[in-house]
Amino acid sequence: MDRIVIIGAGESGTRAAFALRESGFTGSVTLVGTEPHLPYERPPLSKPVNGAVQMKPICGAEALKAAGIDYLQGVSALNVDPHARSVALSAGGTLTYDKLLLSTGARPRRLTCPGSERALDFRTLGDAETIFSRAAAGQNVAIIGGGLIGMELAAVLRGKGIDVGIIEMAPKPLGRAVPARFAARFHARHQAEGVGFHLGQGIAEITDDAVVLADGGKVPADIVVAAIGVQPDTALAEAAGIAVGNGILTDGHLRTSDPNIYASGDCAAVAQPGGGHVRFESWRNARAQAEAAARNMAGGKEIFAAIPWFWTDQYDLGLQVAGLPHPDHQSVIRQLEGGELEFYLDGGCLVAAAGLGVGNGLAKEIKLAEMLIAAGISPDPAVLADPGVNLKSLLKSARAA
Amino acid sequence: MSNVITWVPACKLDDIEQEGAIRFDHGGRTYAIYRGPDDSVYCTAGLCTHEAIHLADGLVMDYEVECPKHSGAFDYRTGEAIRLPACENLKTYPAEIVDGEVRVALG
Ligand SMILES: Cc1cc2nc3c(=O)[nH]c(=O)nc-3n(C[C@H](O)[C@H](O)[C@H](O)COP(=O)(O)OP(=O)(O)OC[C@H]3O[C@@H](n4cnc5c(N)ncnc54)[C@H](O)[C@@H]3O)c2cc1C
Ligand code: FES
Repeated sequence: MDRIVIIGAGESGTRAAFALRESGFTGSVTLVGTEPHLPYERPPLSKPVNGAVQMKPICGAEALKAAGIDYLQGVSALNVDPHARSVALSAGGTLTYDKLLLSTGARPRRLTCPGSERALDFRTLGDAETIFSRAAAGQNVAIIGGGLIGMELAAVLRGKGIDVGIIEMAPKPLGRAVPARFAARFHARHQAEGVGFHLGQGIAEITDDAVVLADGGKVPADIVVAAIGVQPDTALAEAAGIAVGNGILTDGHLRTSDPNIYASGDCAAVAQPGGGHVRFESWRNARAQAEAAARNMAGGKEIFAAIPWFWTDQYDLGLQVAGLPHPDHQSVIRQLEGGELEFYLDGGCLVAAAGLGVGNGLAKEIKLAEMLIAAGISPDPAVLADPGVNLKSLLKSARAA
Repeated sequence: MSNVITWVPACKLDDIEQEGAIRFDHGGRTYAIYRGPDDSVYCTAGLCTHEAIHLADGLVMDYEVECPKHSGAFDYRTGEAIRLPACENLKTYPAEIVDGEVRVALG
């Protein structure tokens, strides 16, 4: 086994390439990426520093070279032939592989209403440059979709003195992504910052200067950004006859229905011990799955199991969530000087935690909560609620037990 | 005279939790001062080498500080980056305790 090809040079594909070397793989590693840049991080795109879009490379060209990773920049994989174990490239020619990783990520869902071609996407560095070079103070920007990306973008644009309207189909913003308590806090903060919300609203049409709502109302817009979620990029897998659902389906080892092909990151839907497949859209997941897939491609037999974790920054507020909170969980609140923590218990067992504070003020607590979740404890809710009880000592006693 | 160490008073030992860190700003720069599990003190540059994030907001366990943003980690005694995505080491500075007061040499 000496040739590994990775399709998609985002967070997941790039991390996998390096992780292959870290696990001692000495064969050839080829990383194929459509985008015309060095691999870069997406989260900074919606968190510009001093108003400028940040191009934050995941690694430099020297690091790729030093690790012996052959990076085909600006090259797309056109199709995969699982029988010949080959990949056809847009630049002409084919690559052959012993093992293949699909880390094709996700692409923005498109609107279908009349005028939808006027809406800008927000996924790539190119998209961010387009939005931020056009958006200037005094203008109106309409953001369609009140999810994490739309809300982060709204916060950044308000900081530049741009008028922002958010149009959302659901009755509340952030409903899908963030526990209700913290979604409400972000919503209130955006309102206080002057963001206009148009909730429970479908879209009839996008015109030159407005978004027309289903009820006939008009939201003025010099620029329209569609942030209505992403779809896993499964086209290559599907065409190659690999099983797909809401993502490229993998087993617990991140292997697809073809034993030589693995998948990781936003495109992968991973089999769960309790049945079903779960797909995540987060930065840490993209990296953690990449590392597990790389070790498995290099001969390992690891089952992917990591506690999901993500963060979002809006204005000076930072939220971090570990585990998967569910409205049915028992909620326990701990009030702290710097913000608020919410713990989620399922049948008494700690399964998730979230914290909202200024900046990274609660990061420490969430990290400890994550370790408590991993320790599988069933804590006394009164102890969790008591800010006087140090989570670190709780962890130490859980580990000693 | 560059070999003369200038000590800067920073805080009281009791201002830092055991296995904890605080941010210390001095001369227009920012540092992190740590109190180890054995009550010894250490000082490093204040910002993570991955992005400019204050490490004093991160979790300190044993002799490791974890960045609050993306979980990169450093050994704060040596400044060594020990977990990705942090890969560049932190600068370290001498620190000591004199009569319950922590002082650092920022040179
Ligand atoms: C604006 C923005 C802000 C975000 N902020 C956060 C945040 O705060 N916290 C968080 O946890 N997550 C955040 N995310 C999500 C996070 O960035 C993603 O989960 C992560 O990038 C997923 O990595 P990936 O490698 O799986 O996919 P991607 O990053 O989408 O990379 C896939 C790559 O594969 C390429 N590709 C696809 N098909 C082919 C092909 N056939 N041939 C060659 N190349 C191909 C694509 O062009 C793309 O470059 C944010 C995302 C965006 C867009
Ligand atoms: S900013 Fe510290 S790990 Fe990213």
